[in-house]
Amino acid sequence: MTTLTIFYALLLYIAAAVFLFGTLWRVWLYARTPAPFKIPTTPAPITRAGVAWRLSKETFVFESLFKADKLLWALGWVFHAALLLLLLQHLRFFTQGYSAWMVWLVVYGVYLSGALVVSLIGLWLRRMLIDRVRYVSALSDHLMLALLAAIALTGMAMKYLKPVDVYAVNQFARGLMTLDWQPLPVHGMLMLHLALVALLLMIFPFSKLLHGPALYFSPTRYQVDDARERSSRGAAGPSADRNR
Amino acid sequence: MSDFETPKLSRDVAIPAIRKDAMSHIRPFAASAEHQRALGFPEKLVDDWHEVAIAKMGQLLDEQKSLRVFMDTCIKCGACTDKCHYFLGTADPKNMPVARQDLFRKVYRRHFTLAGRVFPSLVGAEDLTREVLDDWYTYFHQCSQCRRCSVFCPVGIDTSEISMAAREILDVVGMGQKYTNEVIGKVHAVGNNLGLPEPALKHTLKGLEEDLLEETGTRIRFPLDEAGAEVLLVTPSADFFAEPHVDGLIGYAKVFHQAGISWTLSTVASEASNFGLFIGSSENMRKIALRIRDAAKALGVKRLVFGECGHAWRVAYNYLHTLAGPLDFLDPAYPVPQHIVEVTHDLIRRGALRIDKSANDERRVTFHDSCNIARASRLGGVPGGQFTLPREIIRAVSNHFYDMAPSTTGERTFCCGGGGGLLTDDLVELRVKGALPRMSAFNAVVEAHDVTHIVAICAICKSQFSKIFPYYGFEFDQVMSLHQLVGDALVI
Repeated sequence: MTTLTIFYALLLYIAAAVFLFGTLWRVWLYARTPAPFKIPTTPAPITRAGVAWRLSKETFVFESLFKADKLLWALGWVFHAALLLLLLQHLRFFTQGYSAWMVWLVVYGVYLSGALVVSLIGLWLRRMLIDRVRYVSALSDHLMLALLAAIALTGMAMKYLKPVDVYAVNQFARGLMTLDWQPLPVHGMLMLHLALVALLLMIFPFSKLLHGPALYFSPTRYQVDDARERSSRGAAGPSADRNR
Repeated sequence: MSDFETPKLSRDVAIPAIRKDAMSHIRPFAASAEHQRALGFPEKLVDDWHEVAIAKMGQLLDEQKSLRVFMDTCIKCGACTDKCHYFLGTADPKNMPVARQDLFRKVYRRHFTLAGRVFPSLVGAEDLTREVLDDWYTYFHQCSQCRRCSVFCPVGIDTSEISMAAREILDVVGMGQKYTNEVIGKVHAVGNNLGLPEPALKHTLKGLEEDLLEETGTRIRFPLDEAGAEVLLVTPSADFFAEPHVDGLIGYAKVFHQAGISWTLSTVASEASNFGLFIGSSENMRKIALRIRDAAKALGVKRLVFGECGHAWRVAYNYLHTLAGPLDFLDPAYPVPQHIVEVTHDLIRRGALRIDKSANDERRVTFHDSCNIARASRLGGVPGGQFTLPREIIRAVSNHFYDMAPSTTGERTFCCGGGGGLLTDDLVELRVKGALPRMSAFNAVVEAHDVTHIVAICAICKSQFSKIFPYYGFEFDQVMSLHQLVGDALVI
């Protein structure tokens, strides 16, 4: 077992733990903080099924963003869709053998990584060129885009510039999961890619990337507009509406 | 009063290039020691204001999910930046919703996050210096808490929640606003925002009865403190004497009269409005709301109906049961509480009112969706009823109705520019500039359809429009209450 393999194994375990426990901690904090008053942004659904539908629209087609700014919506949606499909494609490093949909994703993944990089560049240009967006951007907002772009570009480099031994990486990854460590291929781009991913995982619970889980704890979106109806069903007084 | 230029009206409101500090000179008058004391706040800035402020921030973060989530979840995408009427009218970048929130968020990051403690300049974290505190006072009183930004935010951030939290912190360190805090004090002391005592109210109502008798030949009553009436009407105190509000009150009286509904006003609860909302003080909100509950109980009414007031309806619709419940002594066959628009709409639907639409033929009207009705509550049983019910009433009582552009109505409605505790003369420059988007939309229907009046169901909107219309070349009396339109069409 080389020092390199040990170093990366530990790095990835730590990164995964920070990501998992950090995010769970933040989510727990959101869940347990009370929402004493009804504040859904109306018009709002008047049933829980309606709220599920509202949240689905936000999740899958970014409904509010679509109302706000079509260009931003297009860039943001393409970025997230490409990211999701690429992450699914990366399951190839954790499974034994290939399934049909995985092969399909690998073949069409050619366009996904390109879309990811182009949308990131578009978002970054927007952040730099539009005075209103530039004004509200901290250094971390620019660096976040740079980090994501670097992860995408190092990944693309492993496909087009200097191919990596995919099977060996698969073995390494599965070895981490089964606690039967296998050697990490000595490959510059791979090491950079993994280090950047570890960094992303570790900063996730301390950054605006929390917007992912946080959306579902945003009272303006998840609350049902039924203050009058619930109260008239007998749940009245100061204890009503707590945690809703 | 400083001189300023009223923005030019144009077909579409352009997104301005940012002009830093364009509105940094605008701050409302500070609350006096007496105003602060009446509300239980420190009389002036306390010596340990920094510690008190940070502690209060921590407390609010622990007590309000909205605040905690909104602090973390902003992606700085900029979707909100061109949505606020105060930004569109002033170009001051701190009036962009995200930038306004960041005045608060940067302090949150500095004191309550790992990144902010360790790498502050990386993540835009800043300490709460005196300068920052002053900026809070300036810019959280340039937010009318209208929630327009929350419609467009991909994660649902509502700047008004942060504005309320910031004002709460300003109050507890002794930096309250005169207008809101003085008004709340008046409600506690006298029962309404205007400090109108019982004899004055009685006299006013008597005068209205006499005027109506002379005008219509019929005795239409304005009952006060009458026990055993079916309905307690709680309406903004402006309805008792201001124009065009009082014409709305006359309209309610005519509707109740024709429908045969017995009703009463109350001197104890002579105010629908609840400014506790604007300063984020649930304690003051509760005290004010309890007056209404106590009056309803004491008078033995069966129904609670609210008049034409925007934020009052928001508080009543969403919070009344939480603040002042249980209200189980009221008749569950009716919505508790109910809005006068719901009452009138139902009566019209059932054919219970005798209407002559031609009485309004001289008027060509448009309707302004008030923010707290549009984005913070509902009318009727279906989402969006707050948009359809008033318009259906207008169409039932008049022949010439023209809606403003869809991008300015419904959930996208532009605030009148005077809400959220900003309806004060010391902020008139802000109010005029913030009204730009709504005025542009109004101007468009005036030019396209010769619209003569804007109709509203919010006392603040009516006062705001009356004041700022002349700045934009319109007449102060081109503002109407919805129930004046109704009342004038009723065949008494």
